[in-house]
Amino acid sequence: MIDFIQMIVSGIAVGSSYALMGLAMVIIYKTSQVPNFAQGEMALISSFFAMMLLTTFNTPILLAFFLAFVFAILLGCFLEFAILRRAKDPNILGMIVITIGIEMVILGLVSWKFGADQKIMPFPIGPYDSFIIGNIFITKLEVLTLVTALLLMIILFLFFKYSKLGLAVKATQQNSVAAQIVGIRTNRILMMTWGISSLVGAVAGLLISPTIMHPYMMWDPMLKGFAAAVMGGMTSLPGAVIAAYMLGIIEHLFGGYISIEFKSVVAFVIIVLVLCIKPSGLFSRHYIKKV
Amino acid sequence: MDFPFFLINNLSISFGGIKALQDISFTMNKGEIFSVIGPNGAGKTTLFNCISGLYKPNQGNIRFNGESIENKKPDAIARMGIARTFQNIELFSHMNTMENIMLGRHIHMKTGVFKGMLMWGRPSFAAQEEIQHRKKVEQIIDFLELQNVRDKFVGALPYGTQKLIELGRALALEPSLLLLDEPCAGMNSEEKQDMIFWIKDIQTDLGISILLIEHDMKMVMDISNRVLAINFGESITLGTPEEVQQNKEVLKAYIGEEE
Repeated sequence: MIDFIQMIVSGIAVGSSYALMGLAMVIIYKTSQVPNFAQGEMALISSFFAMMLLTTFNTPILLAFFLAFVFAILLGCFLEFAILRRAKDPNILGMIVITIGIEMVILGLVSWKFGADQKIMPFPIGPYDSFIIGNIFITKLEVLTLVTALLLMIILFLFFKYSKLGLAVKATQQNSVAAQIVGIRTNRILMMTWGISSLVGAVAGLLISPTIMHPYMMWDPMLKGFAAAVMGGMTSLPGAVIAAYMLGIIEHLFGGYISIEFKSVVAFVIIVLVLCIKPSGLFSRHYIKKV
Repeated sequence: MDFPFFLINNLSISFGGIKALQDISFTMNKGEIFSVIGPNGAGKTTLFNCISGLYKPNQGNIRFNGESIENKKPDAIARMGIARTFQNIELFSHMNTMENIMLGRHIHMKTGVFKGMLMWGRPSFAAQEEIQHRKKVEQIIDFLELQNVRDKFVGALPYGTQKLIELGRALALEPSLLLLDEPCAGMNSEEKQDMIFWIKDIQTDLGISILLIEHDMKMVMDISNRVLAINFGESITLGTPEEVQQNKEVLKAYIGEEE
């Protein structure tokens, strides 16, 4: 029983970082219908930027994180403005290939600048500091990840639901021609969603960096986050979050009871199953345009 | 300096080999209802898309209050005071009527994210602004008699009602020029009659100039101040409804050659 609860707790903790990556992908997908495969690497370069500030320039930690977030937002906006917007008559496939290209370039840049070996992130909380409640073991970092993820989700929810900009984003998602015709700058909305998404990814990256810090650190969370987003239907923010937590928990239970070797494969088995049974995702809402 | 309210000069656009519009020119006076008629495929909607910035014309000028708008983006044109509706409705189908019309207020809202966070209690700037916009939206809902669908998702509503909501959203922009693309398509005669009254009210009470595309000749002749007839992208004639009705070319375009 203790094992079971322990697995659930660890599953929720790891699910939080999947949830953040999944959210980041959904935010972009909803406005531009492009699964952004550069998501992980955008978070990666933002994390390494924070590390560089901390180690090379001895920036105070809060300032370094703040600057890393600003960097992430600017990076997202820049990529949309300078690369994706320039694509001439883009189709979805072309856009996806562009994001894969961006991914490769950033990965190469980071490997070249910082080297491909494991780095140590001077994070205030070490990866092994932990709480023990009863017999349940949970690291402080996991608690921090969970709390940050929940906070960020609430902020995003409030933003999309109640702010004027959030409403404009929703309008752009549902009908971009109509959005333009009521005077919404849809280009700017698109750029902004890339910025927000990049920021959410960077938060995930920074929370992962104390445990693993090398150029491939975001590969696994990005794929799992994408898996969660697909399971959630690609267009639903809460869907992606719930699916991410489900994935995290199932993964841990599978690892604990069945096979630890196949633990990280199980996520993809689940995707295959979901796509076979309910291809539109577990929580999708579809915008069907009547003619 | 005296310039016409709205002017189109030698407007042409082609798609591949098809000349959708050729040398269309006209001027519109303030306060006028100006109709564009023509058979299917004549280029009427293309003309609207050029005006609202969705298409970039190959040549020619469009001037609104003396300012050139042919190279502006749709959102910039909307902010200048040109609103429109579409032949095939373009609504935000997963929002309710209120939210759809409220989005028409977007260009008039000043509250940003940070001011919005300071929305504590009624007297704050953000709250005051919200109240003002909601009042305006309620006025439009009352005007178009949309009270009973106020909180319903628009995607599931009947076609005629959706057309009205689109009109409401366009009115929420408080435009000085309103483009209506077949506002009566798919309506029964009673609904059409209502629409005719509303269009007249919009002209007289709200003082908005209207550029109208419509196939119902009785309605066009009834409410228009002037009519432009086009066919195959070229203008046939321009004049008062009576003059256009008498025009041989127009009859030919609609009914065919006399034997």
